[in-house]
Amino acid sequence: MTARPTAAFLPDGRRLHLNHGPIDLIIEVFGPERESCYGQATRRFETVLTGLVSELPALRTPIMDGHRFTNPIARRMAKAVQPHRDVFVTPMAAVAGAVADEMLEALIADRQVPKAYVNNGGDIAFHLTSGERITAAGPAGPIEIGYDDDTRGLATSGTGGRSHSFGIADAVTVAARTAAEADAAATLIANAIDLPGHPAISRERASDLSPDSDLGDRLVTTSVGRLAGDEVEEALRQGEALACRMRAEGRIREAALSLKGQVRVVASEPETRNAGVLLHA
Amino acid sequence: MNKVEKKRPEKVRCDACPVMCYIAEGKAGACDRYANENGRIIRCDPLTILDRRLAKGDEIKPFLAADWDGQQASGNDVTVSAIGAGTTYPDYKPAPFIVSREIEGVNCVTVVTEAIFSYCGVKVKIDTDRHLGRETAVVRAGGEAVGHVMTSEYGSQMLSLGGVDHLTGGSKAEGRSTCDALLRLCNKEAVELTIDGGSSVTVQAGRPPVVDGKAEERMRVGCGSATIGMFASQWKGLVDEVVVVDDHITGVVSEHQAGKVIDWPETGISIEGHRSTPGRYFRVAEPGLGWGGTDIDDPLKILGAWREKKGARPGLSLLMVSTTGEHAGFFVLDETLQPIEHPMPAALEASVELIAKNCEPALCTVLFMGGAGGSLRAGATTNPIELTRSVHAERTRVTLGGAPAYVWPGGGITIMVDVSLLPDGSFGHVPTPALVAPLEFTVSLDEYRELGGHDGALRSLDDVLTSGGEYGSDARILGTGK
Repeated sequence: MTARPTAAFLPDGRRLHLNHGPIDLIIEVFGPERESCYGQATRRFETVLTGLVSELPALRTPIMDGHRFTNPIARRMAKAVQPHRDVFVTPMAAVAGAVADEMLEALIADRQVPKAYVNNGGDIAFHLTSGERITAAGPAGPIEIGYDDDTRGLATSGTGGRSHSFGIADAVTVAARTAAEADAAATLIANAIDLPGHPAISRERASDLSPDSDLGDRLVTTSVGRLAGDEVEEALRQGEALACRMRAEGRIREAALSLKGQVRVVASEPETRNAGVLLHA
Repeated sequence: MNKVEKKRPEKVRCDACPVMCYIAEGKAGACDRYANENGRIIRCDPLTILDRRLAKGDEIKPFLAADWDGQQASGNDVTVSAIGAGTTYPDYKPAPFIVSREIEGVNCVTVVTEAIFSYCGVKVKIDTDRHLGRETAVVRAGGEAVGHVMTSEYGSQMLSLGGVDHLTGGSKAEGRSTCDALLRLCNKEAVELTIDGGSSVTVQAGRPPVVDGKAEERMRVGCGSATIGMFASQWKGLVDEVVVVDDHITGVVSEHQAGKVIDWPETGISIEGHRSTPGRYFRVAEPGLGWGGTDIDDPLKILGAWREKKGARPGLSLLMVSTTGEHAGFFVLDETLQPIEHPMPAALEASVELIAKNCEPALCTVLFMGGAGGSLRAGATTNPIELTRSVHAERTRVTLGGAPAYVWPGGGITIMVDVSLLPDGSFGHVPTPALVAPLEFTVSLDEYRELGGHDGALRSLDDVLTSGGEYGSDARILGTGK
């Protein structure tokens, strides 16, 4: 008895909630075309999950050269992880962000909308016009993004969410051009924040936790015990190095990394790279 | 990593949505809404709506409108519960669906979270007169110190278990044992505790305590002196002397004020103990598991020589009874004024039974106590102090898993709740170690709207609900033991 997608307004009467299986979207459109936009989004949502499921086996394995996905969201996912093929990664690393991007596009297609966002469980795609800003919560404090910033996607990854991580980060929030790019990068930076072999870290095979996980028999983190301050710093350094590389290569805009109360920010201005300084605060 | 080597658990395929996840035993699918419990797919909605009428012995309803019986969720019958709602620690991905569907049709606005309590513990009330251990004695679970004996209360022994010192202030083993004991107690499971220099006691919320392997049945009707006061007039004419044996205050009817006022004659009895006031004796024996919470099995041990000058005579009858009626004996003085046990006359037997009948069943009660700190409140509102004020002004109701919480006066939101009122399995834990408990802040929608215009607290709640969890940056500090 497979459930159908559902659509409902949140009690505030402004935001739309779409659900199908593991996908929960909170959508908001500002301006007079809200209702029409919500109609478009709801129609597009009908086939989001079924479309992904049709190519799920290939999405759960690392990209093979020459393989071409037919589903547009699957293509977004593959494109987002493509630059990161030097490490183990499957398109699933970008699934939440890619869904958000696709839904945002359908939401505002052919409409005049000053501002809109699609929040897919914390991975957010947004649309801004001149003078508009958007604020989201992040590990280092509120993240504010303006029209002039070349950023339209935010994503958070870590050990606490629904998906499994190889690393120990409490949270890594990444701002990038698209939510799919942010999602893939956040996943990989969170994976890099690690202390291999540390006795306080428990790991289990991903396949024991979720039999059809794209991570297979690889060990994923199930709990992180007490760590010494310098160990936290060492782990964060690993993630910070990767985030800096990604930023230098233009794959991400900014990142905020947090572990056990310590925070690192990788952003454009070097002077903001101190723990605790808010991104764009 | 021996976990890795263990046999793979049975997996089940879920057909709730097109993903068709294979779900391992005891795990949830990709959606976190369906899980495999003993090979069966069950619904484990992050948010369950608790129908109180049903909760009293029936099932908890899933919240999805499609699964409802069509009855609208409204009024006092329905509580939105935070059980399984998930928490923002240490991940501030908001869980937007929490605030989404279930609010519709519910005339209340509830901010739900699963709060991580680093500062938490349980207060355990054990209905027994038996001496379990000295005040401040260390209480252990699995050999590790997890708490201490508190002050005795009327008919009960109290333990304080957990607290931040045991959870995170000691060794790792101590923290783990403490967290494990608290979790099991809060989830209404039985936990065996040992008290340094005292007894072992098995504690389970809502069940009789088991002290050194023996289940307690009744809590005492009162101390020995109180028992004398309650029953003196009923004993008059049936027996010449009554001693109520009690570790706290042993009562003697002929000397007690309650006997004096009904002209009870002197008997020449003497008690080995410290006389407090007439007919009331402290420390007739050492504390223990025998009569009335003393260490004695033979009640005659507390008696001194019988004094002829004061009224002792051959044939004088004596009832000795404990404060629960659990122990009783009938004695008659022989020619040498030695008490000799005789069968209990039926009329006296009835009075012993009356004592027993007036005792309440002995139970263990477990109150969870914890503090919702600044960081937790930052998780619920962007202006934590306003939430505190609203709670203290009783405009916002605090519940745990739908169970009403007592909020301590003074600063902060320090709460106590009877764990027996929460659904089974409500509590969880994090490796910190610390407990995770469901926590709900509720305010009526009317009140919320009314106050929303001028009350910052309610606007803060509004912020949380409408912006899907824009938590203050403090939210991540939860549970770090700071």
